[in-house]
Amino acid sequence: MTAMTDPPNEGFRLSQLIYDTRYRSMTIQAVAFMLIMAGIIWLANNTVQNLSALGKDFDFGFLWSRAGYDINQRLIEYSNDSTHGRAAMVGIANTLLVAVLGCVLATLLGVIAGVLRLSKNWVVARLMTFYVEGFRNIPLLLWIIVIFAVMTESTPQPRDFREGGTASMILNDTVAITNRGIFIPNPVWGEGSGALIAIFLASLVGIWAFRRYARKLQEQTGQILPVLWVSLGLFFAPVILAYFILGRPVTLIYPELGGFNFTGGIQVRNSLIALWIALSLYTGAFIAEVVRAGILSVSRGQTEAAFALGIQPSRTMNLVILPQALRVIIPPLISQYLNLTKNSSLALAVGYMDVRSTLGGITINQTGRELEGMLLLGVFYLITSLIISSAMNLYNNSVKLKER
Amino acid sequence: MSEIHAQTVSYVRETMLPEQEPPVTERGAIKWVRENLFSSWLNGLLTLISLYFVYWVLSHTLGWMVYGIWDASSLSECRAIRDELYGEGANVACWAVIADRWHQLLFGFYPAEAYWRPVLALILFGGALAPILFDGLPRKMLMLSIAAPFVCYWLLWGGTIWGPAAVALGFVIGGMIYAYSQSIIGVLGATIAAVLVPILYWLFLAGPIAGALGNTLPIGINAIGSAEFGGFLLALVIGASGIILSMPLGVVLALGRQSDLFIINKFSVLFIEVIRGVPLIVWLFTASLLLNYFLPPGSNFDLMLRVIIMVTLFSSAYIAEVVRGGLAALPRGQYEGADSLGLNYWQSMQLIILPQALKISIPGIVSSFIGLFKDTTLVVFVGLSDPIGFSNLIRATTDWNGIYWELFIFIGLCFFMFCFAMSRYSQYLERKLRTDHR
Repeated sequence: MTAMTDPPNEGFRLSQLIYDTRYRSMTIQAVAFMLIMAGIIWLANNTVQNLSALGKDFDFGFLWSRAGYDINQRLIEYSNDSTHGRAAMVGIANTLLVAVLGCVLATLLGVIAGVLRLSKNWVVARLMTFYVEGFRNIPLLLWIIVIFAVMTESTPQPRDFREGGTASMILNDTVAITNRGIFIPNPVWGEGSGALIAIFLASLVGIWAFRRYARKLQEQTGQILPVLWVSLGLFFAPVILAYFILGRPVTLIYPELGGFNFTGGIQVRNSLIALWIALSLYTGAFIAEVVRAGILSVSRGQTEAAFALGIQPSRTMNLVILPQALRVIIPPLISQYLNLTKNSSLALAVGYMDVRSTLGGITINQTGRELEGMLLLGVFYLITSLIISSAMNLYNNSVKLKER
Repeated sequence: MSEIHAQTVSYVRETMLPEQEPPVTERGAIKWVRENLFSSWLNGLLTLISLYFVYWVLSHTLGWMVYGIWDASSLSECRAIRDELYGEGANVACWAVIADRWHQLLFGFYPAEAYWRPVLALILFGGALAPILFDGLPRKMLMLSIAAPFVCYWLLWGGTIWGPAAVALGFVIGGMIYAYSQSIIGVLGATIAAVLVPILYWLFLAGPIAGALGNTLPIGINAIGSAEFGGFLLALVIGASGIILSMPLGVVLALGRQSDLFIINKFSVLFIEVIRGVPLIVWLFTASLLLNYFLPPGSNFDLMLRVIIMVTLFSSAYIAEVVRGGLAALPRGQYEGADSLGLNYWQSMQLIILPQALKISIPGIVSSFIGLFKDTTLVVFVGLSDPIGFSNLIRATTDWNGIYWELFIFIGLCFFMFCFAMSRYSQYLERKLRTDHR
């Protein structure tokens, strides 16, 4: 009963590399690898030849030489005597600033628009549809330019704020909206402001601890504490009390018209505001669709079941709908945040000094180091994208349905 | 029973009462308004705020738009007409800029006597697109779709007709080899030959053949360089070529990313992630500043082609991710079913997996196309004059210095029309391809 026959032992033939499925995949991979490597070597070889023909080398030393240009919008210390590397850091800080501001405002707008678009209110739903379709179907660049034009063309000049001028400051004479930017009060951190900040941080910790305690209590006994009111109280009361007890350590310097421009306050430039608002409105329209899809993905039966259990509508939203919708919302939300960060490179259109304009713009023009500059720029965006997506993936994993 | 009633009850109604109308507040327009606009105090407040907002916007813009002036040749003339018609300093639009610069906004610096060429190319493109978009049309029209890219190229850039014809011949050669040599050298051999022979033909033979034919039989229209392209013509050419070229590349990348072959998988992942991680504007600058470093010394080709290549690569990475989602969403059984039928990889992909995966990914694919078309505006930064670039150029002239909103509104509306049409079409396609019964 030797039914088992040995496999034909013919040895390895070269044709097996193509016709035998066991080896074919290796052949294909080897060929693909060689082709790709040949392509890369060809590109690298061309680059080396071209660089030597132009008499250039591949060197990042320019990052430590004097930049010699000014940057009007900066978060960290910088002057035109600083290095190109420092200029790049200023640009990175500016990019991150507008990206963070944009993500916050876009989320806010997107959630509001997405929820309102589902509202039964006909006028509101139509208005939101109009907003979403309008922003999704018109290029972002056009919006940035339009909003920048609105800010510079239809706002008053600083000289209109003089006595008898046509413009006046808003919010009790503390904020001036001009065509050179918005001037807001500048806080002065006096004696004892450190203690104030410490108290504020302590109250944040207190809120966190209280919410933890309340959740634990609810899980153990079912008793529900008024979390929202206590949190709000803890947020405001200690700081306001301490502010007066410590003798008003933080004061504000209000912007005042001096000569041809405002002085004293902080000038938030039009370029930043236009970019911020345009990015937020544009991305907000996309987030609105994400939110809408997420809420629609929770089946109607969930709401009905929650009502049948006697849960109030607001709690139904918080405890039943949103946690389920979030699972659908978060992955596309991540890619919207990434898009916003990448789209912030359109700062070029309004002259906002982001990393593309400093490192990828003026620095490249001044030093002639296109290859190195663009490489650094690409690496920066790549790393930022990876960090954002991994951070949001961590969060996504924490809200994901736990499958066992 | 009724007899009993007749004895015990003095009166019984024998006919139904006629139906009464519901109360006024529960019918017609009032009911609708109550339910949809003022169902709660919060809703009512929202309605009022929205209505006020709409009123505020319209009151500021409607008159400005409707009373706009269409017939003037400069902004100062426009203002003079306005002062005459509506009094000093009235706030009305000056649409005359669009009428005045209509051709520039559409065609850029394209020579005026050749405007028929882009128009004809657009009609041809529409005709070629129609059988792909709507399957009610005769299938013979697909021949037009195959020929259209070459004819459109020839119409737009001009020159001798033999250049595009020689390139097209390469595809014909490849197709013929694949169709007729399978019996001789097998499927694999035929596939390899069908790829290699046309490439060799393009590299070494196409140029001389086109040159020789051009010398003996000079058929052609005068050549127009890429630098003359501008306005919506530029946006459409870049957008359309990007869309057409990035689709096959994207599908291949998606298959590569789903592939079991380690090296191919890793290279696809690397390519997709690097392209997606960096903004398009950086890639465009790479195309304009760096591409010369990567190519053999001395080679130089025009900026528009470089931009098209970059836009294609960029968009293909996004499409690859969308298609990958579609591939991953298919149940495992579909792959196993294809294997159990004895189909090889390409057959199973072509017949079973891709039709379903692409169907699921339609909304995503179309939204990447919309994104690509909107992103064509970024070419303004590398020195091409797309509509936004032209709005800057028009504003820089003395005639129209200081005009903003009219141009922005016109450009925005044009983009809106294209993109909105695309998204509507994707919804139509989704409905049509839905095979589940709901």
